[in-house]
Amino acid sequence: MNSHNPLLEVTHNRVWFDIPGQGLWQRKKQILKAVDDVSFQLREGETLGVVGESGCGKSTLVRGILGLETVTSGSVKLYGKELTTLDKKAFRIKRRDMQIMFQDPLASLDPRMTVSEIISEPLQVFQPELSKKERKQQVQQMMQRVGLLPNQINRYPHEFSGGQAQRIGIARALILKPKLLICDEPVSALDVSIQAQIINLLMDLQQEMGLSMIFIAHDLSVVKHISHRVMVMYMGKIVEMASRDELFRYPLHPYTKALMQSIPIPDPAIERGKRGAPLTGDLPSPMDPPSGCHFRTRCPQVQERCAAEVPDWNEKTPDHWVACHFPNS
Amino acid sequence: MPLLTVNKLNTRFKTMDGVVSAVNDISFTMEKGETLGIVGESGSGKTQLVLSMMGLLATNGWAEGSAHFKGQELIGLPTKELNKIRGNHMAMIFQDPMTCLNGYLTIARQMTEVLILHKGMSMANARQRSIEMLDAVHIPDARNRIDRYPHEFSGGMRQRVMIAMSLLCEPDLLIADEPTTALDVTVQAQIIDVMNEIKSDMGMSIILITHDLGVIAGISDNVLVMYAGRICEYAPVDDIFSDPQHPYTRGLLNSVPRLDSDNTRALHAIPGNPPNMQHLPTGCAFHERCEFKREICLSQQPALQRINDLRQKACHLEAL
Repeated sequence: MNSHNPLLEVTHNRVWFDIPGQGLWQRKKQILKAVDDVSFQLREGETLGVVGESGCGKSTLVRGILGLETVTSGSVKLYGKELTTLDKKAFRIKRRDMQIMFQDPLASLDPRMTVSEIISEPLQVFQPELSKKERKQQVQQMMQRVGLLPNQINRYPHEFSGGQAQRIGIARALILKPKLLICDEPVSALDVSIQAQIINLLMDLQQEMGLSMIFIAHDLSVVKHISHRVMVMYMGKIVEMASRDELFRYPLHPYTKALMQSIPIPDPAIERGKRGAPLTGDLPSPMDPPSGCHFRTRCPQVQERCAAEVPDWNEKTPDHWVACHFPNS
Repeated sequence: MPLLTVNKLNTRFKTMDGVVSAVNDISFTMEKGETLGIVGESGSGKTQLVLSMMGLLATNGWAEGSAHFKGQELIGLPTKELNKIRGNHMAMIFQDPMTCLNGYLTIARQMTEVLILHKGMSMANARQRSIEMLDAVHIPDARNRIDRYPHEFSGGMRQRVMIAMSLLCEPDLLIADEPTTALDVTVQAQIIDVMNEIKSDMGMSIILITHDLGVIAGISDNVLVMYAGRICEYAPVDDIFSDPQHPYTRGLLNSVPRLDSDNTRALHAIPGNPPNMQHLPTGCAFHERCEFKREICLSQQPALQRINDLRQKACHLEAL
């Protein structure tokens, strides 16, 4: 990390969805609080890992940051400039600095465009002054950097394997030299041997280009490997946030602990020693979240107070934040 | 006598581009009560191998060789005979439970059907037995939940319903094809726990197919590593993890980040991509990605050979 200036500042961010009432006569709409009062900062050159079960709001959070979902309330600042109040046109210019890559590499690439067209499209939009030759040169350089062969430039996405398609996605996202790269489960759909290649590539590129990254994954082992800081989400809220080493050594929130215990370790001696699943039950319905602490219905340490009061967001030790009435009990 | 003996099993598919061999020359045995983990990347043939044994190959595919299960040959068995075995003595669960459950029928209807058909039970008995099975896989309030439809269950619950359904006839062999891949890690831990329970309580034999080495470590007795439709290594689970003898196995183990490690340096990735099954490299299919390759690897397919009583590998290298 070069400096500690916040590149991105998210404050009291809410993304709520109106759900129309079910049935003909029921007009009462419900509200789904996909992201509810989330605040965090992303420093320059930093990788922030975001973990949580499916439906915890991690994808909606980043879609809100990118303006792909309407933010209900709160603020998103890039280099101190407010983004949520910008109109479409002004936002589009800002988005040049914020790029995203998705889980399913093939589904996120247009099947009727060649690799060269896919990678050069952002250049055409944001740097129309470039000549055709200059554009091609940049595309070739980028392809080489992400490990694609020069002779693949006129191929179509379906001719590529998952890992290679993900490389195309990375090249497309980075061709404009953005400040922020958001990776939404970038390796979950890949084979084990290919996962490592893509993780290594992302870490190298971050170093070289001084990128800040938000890295969403459900696999804690991958997040631990790649992140500087980690944020744990549960039902639309952040429940714990700390530096990587601090969080994995001294997890405070019972949910964080349960997530860590759930990850199988490729070592039979360790795995045989585990008894029982750390968490029972499923995620409650997000339309009707439990009162007080949302996690209390599955929490092994639940007490009366958890149902009555929403836990505060506290800095337990420097830079280690947690929302729990009884952390580390 | 082993529960299952697979001998020189080959599975081929007729495609527009000619015949593709998805499974090549697979041989292994399984004892009663054993859990066999099958690991491999997508396209390595692990699913087609078990589908061949279940007689569930797509219409353009066919299997050759032998798979002997409880003294009966499965390959080439007519559907009518297979139906007596499938669901009754040998059951299978899949990655996505929603596509396997019928969305139009209640869980009760789908579960009792199995018992009425295979065991000739009365409706009342079948219902009682189904509820017991749902209890066994920890479906809360099974007595009432059984009358619900699949969409009213969460992903993890559906997978448990699938497991309960597959266990109804107390099969000797349960085949689980990536049963936890679509689930959250917390729910995955629950499903592994359930599978470990049925393994110890019912003494069931399990074939578990997965790409997750951590899942394999927790439940398997023996592990079969597949690459490009062939076995590259077979060994007891502890040996696979502590002393992998095939470069591919070792590569897989080195390439996954581990939660119990503080390493943040570059991962030891296996270079290249999984092979195209239609155009396999000559010799050993792994040679293009292998850091130990020698002259012989380019031209000659290594045979699967015994290292000792318990272990086999297919590699020209003497030792890693």
